[in-house]
Amino acid sequence: MGQRIIVDPITRIEGHLRIECEVENNVIKDAWSSITLWRGIETILKGRDPRDAGLIVQRFCGVCTFVHYEASILACEDAFKVKPPKNARIVRNLIHGAQYLYDHVMHFYHLHGLDWVDIVSALSADPKKAVEMARAYCANPYNCSETHYIAVQQRLKKFVDQGRLGPFANAYWGNPSYKLPPEANLIIVSHYLDALQVSKVGAQMMAIFGGKNPHPQTLVVGGISSVMDVLDASRLGEYLFRLKELKNFVETAYIPDVVLAAAYYKDEGLSGVGAGVKNYLAYGGFPLDDDWNTLLFPRGAVKAADLAHPIKIDEAKITEEAIHSWYKDDEPQHPYKGTTEPKYTDYNANGNLKGDEKYSWCKAPRYDGTPYEVGPLARMVVGYAQGHQEIKDLVDGTLKATGLPATVLFSTLGRTAARAIETKYVGDKIEGWVNELITNIKSGDTRTWTRCDVPKEGEGRGMTEPPRGALGHWIRIENHRIANYQAIVPSTWNCSPRDKAGLRGPYEESLVGTRLSKVDQPLEIIRTIHSFDPCMACAVHIIDPQTNAIKVFKVA
Amino acid sequence: MAKKKSSGCNRTVSEQYHKLMEQCKVHMETMDRELPAAREDLHELLESRGVSRRDFLKWTSVMTAALMLPPMFKPMVAKAAENFSRVPVIWLHFAECTGCSEAFLRTYYPNVDDILLDTISLEYHETLMAAAGNQAEACLEKAIADFPGKYVCVIEGAIPTGLNGQYLRLGPKGKTSIEIAKEVTSKAMATICIGSCSAFGNIQAAKPNPTDAKSIEDAIGVSTINIAGCPPNPVNFVGTILHLLMFGAAPALDGQGRPLWAYGKRIHDFCERRPHYDAGEYVDEWGDEGAQKGWCLYKVGCKGPYTYANCSKVRFNAGVSWPIMAGHGCIGCTEPAFWDTMAPLEQPIADKPIGLGGVEAEVDGIGAALLGATVIGVGVHAGMTALKSHGQPKKTDEETPSHNEH
Repeated sequence: MGQRIIVDPITRIEGHLRIECEVENNVIKDAWSSITLWRGIETILKGRDPRDAGLIVQRFCGVCTFVHYEASILACEDAFKVKPPKNARIVRNLIHGAQYLYDHVMHFYHLHGLDWVDIVSALSADPKKAVEMARAYCANPYNCSETHYIAVQQRLKKFVDQGRLGPFANAYWGNPSYKLPPEANLIIVSHYLDALQVSKVGAQMMAIFGGKNPHPQTLVVGGISSVMDVLDASRLGEYLFRLKELKNFVETAYIPDVVLAAAYYKDEGLSGVGAGVKNYLAYGGFPLDDDWNTLLFPRGAVKAADLAHPIKIDEAKITEEAIHSWYKDDEPQHPYKGTTEPKYTDYNANGNLKGDEKYSWCKAPRYDGTPYEVGPLARMVVGYAQGHQEIKDLVDGTLKATGLPATVLFSTLGRTAARAIETKYVGDKIEGWVNELITNIKSGDTRTWTRCDVPKEGEGRGMTEPPRGALGHWIRIENHRIANYQAIVPSTWNCSPRDKAGLRGPYEESLVGTRLSKVDQPLEIIRTIHSFDPCMACAVHIIDPQTNAIKVFKVA
Repeated sequence: MAKKKSSGCNRTVSEQYHKLMEQCKVHMETMDRELPAAREDLHELLESRGVSRRDFLKWTSVMTAALMLPPMFKPMVAKAAENFSRVPVIWLHFAECTGCSEAFLRTYYPNVDDILLDTISLEYHETLMAAAGNQAEACLEKAIADFPGKYVCVIEGAIPTGLNGQYLRLGPKGKTSIEIAKEVTSKAMATICIGSCSAFGNIQAAKPNPTDAKSIEDAIGVSTINIAGCPPNPVNFVGTILHLLMFGAAPALDGQGRPLWAYGKRIHDFCERRPHYDAGEYVDEWGDEGAQKGWCLYKVGCKGPYTYANCSKVRFNAGVSWPIMAGHGCIGCTEPAFWDTMAPLEQPIADKPIGLGGVEAEVDGIGAALLGATVIGVGVHAGMTALKSHGQPKKTDEETPSHNEH
């Protein structure tokens, strides 16, 4: 039996995640992922006005802000049988689009970047060579000059000399699993600092129509509230101005940096490190018409990386089970019918997770009894498999630029690259949506809300495609109040524990077989886990209470 | 006669301020000696971001006034700003959504606050730190050992106290948030609750509070400075740190532990839509004529009349907007238990029961209830006692009158 290693806290994510691995001769033989926080928000929803649900569930997560708000409002609109007007549909896309742009940028640089980039190595870079290298990947790289790179080095050097590295302290600098030359490290580190500012601009884009970020406050069942901003040409201008800044950063920093990293990490990608379950699911999102017939991201699934046979989704096949989760009912349940009553069984006496029993606050979602990965890679793979021309062109173009085959997608590197590709895909569409909005308003349609009332009884679901992957909310209304609420969120799919059949969840599966350079430094583990962009607070709200009471459980 | 009286009064005020200045000087000298060296030179950084010396001085004037201090304190505010990056900060995440950290990262003022936040010396912050697992835990232990009594503990998130705290376990040893909060706050210079979760429990503590989530103060009994909001405006955090640097004490707080300089005024009183309220012009439903014209949102549920915060003045995201500007009512997110007391969020409270005296009558009643009736008079002059007196036992939930049972 190998050595058990525990990584807790997994940092640079939202929320509280614990990973345990069984390691033998530096290779991971088995893995368990556990969410260590439960908040019980669906319990809190019960009995409330359905129109309040959106603002409440938005507090699932401040990183994936907006998306739960939207999914909840969509679920209500399904239950209320109301269709928001065109202006509202477009503005929601504009807010969601802004979210994609800044969130993916922030993820790559601030949450994920330090898994690929060695900050200390950047100090020994030759700034002149770094300028040449950056220009080899982009004609006009972002904030690229010898003076700027020297200034970045000086700033970092000051931290290092003082021995006060702050957030960069005690990390894995010098680990042999870092593959980039010093110049590449310097380029990406300098963009790490730039991205701190740029992501703020993206947040402002959201705030223009949303009121603020995080946690915008403009969606209402049937439409949106920010009608004054929508009808104000200068607000649209403010939005477009910022969009240009974001797009410029994506094109001259984010994409070239990912391609640059891929050049040095390609062997990992080619050998499939971090591939995981190789099943991919997307609900589809960004409606391009008011009836959701055409979506920016298509809906569908791909099983066992079989690109030739994409699967059409049947919503009835979505289930969740809790045999390895700290909840009572073990059997798979559809979200409309799900129950979630806590049954906490603690860790082993030696402080390890009880891997054979219950070990996480996360439930195990399955599609047709199979674990699926969701997120950027799933969206790109599903689109590619369905022959979606634009997605195919983008993916093929990137592969061509790196000289790598399509199989490289099924890896940690592929997941990270897919995120960059789709950021460009969304970014390129947004201006068209603004024009569509202007045309519609000019034609005399200023409606932003469709009148509706809470039905006495009703059932509805909102399914969409936020940055981290397929998201579904299910609501049941009785006596004008919320009788039942369930959410299966992207990180629940990805962070899923084992199921009844013993099948591992995507995080767990993606770690098995990974070689660690140093067993006491979990760099390769966090690199793969971060490539999913984990968001734990989102993932642990799966509750329904047909049984109302959450009892206080005595811990043995 | 009257003249004499007022000059006597002025003398007393002036004496008080001079006394306060002495305290401030003594404290800042101590801080200068004891804090670790600055990681970055503020003035270099300001220059590189295009903020001139003149802009900086203007900012100190504004910040001095915002902190309710007379102009003689401007040099001290400037000095505190220079020392900002020297305060070690340990930032903990408990039951929360990371929205407060996000807000903190996304502040963007064309002025000094933003740059100060960029220089903050985060010794531990799980969302940003490069180290994970054992190495992360070592960072936390090291920061506590290196800077006992000198670091500021910032807490984002409530503490789930149910199940002996085991709804949240953290770190390689699987400690509960109760254990970690006790360890870290006990050696902190001050504990700042960022956001309504750590300040009041917030969403996870909404009825029926399945995990028995509590504010930091209620869960472990320490005094906290509460930067309320869901998420709060990061600007309010900056002023509070500056005040700590200057006086070693919390700024004047209200009965809910919120700094009065930021939370002393009611949204409704500084709302851009207020003239329409006074004129009786209301939005009756989303997207109607009133909505297009920017009328008052009271009838679609705005809780601005019951909410104390400076959102209407500072707005969010570089002042781009704020919820009321986006045509949605305030939901009262800086007030304790707002998910329960302010619900339904999109209907006026006065509708249930129909308030005889109209909104203002309701306002007085609810405002008093929310403020917990007793605004503890902790002035800036009170020194460390400000922190201590705030920790006195509070009313329990049962005792607080609720206006809005489901």
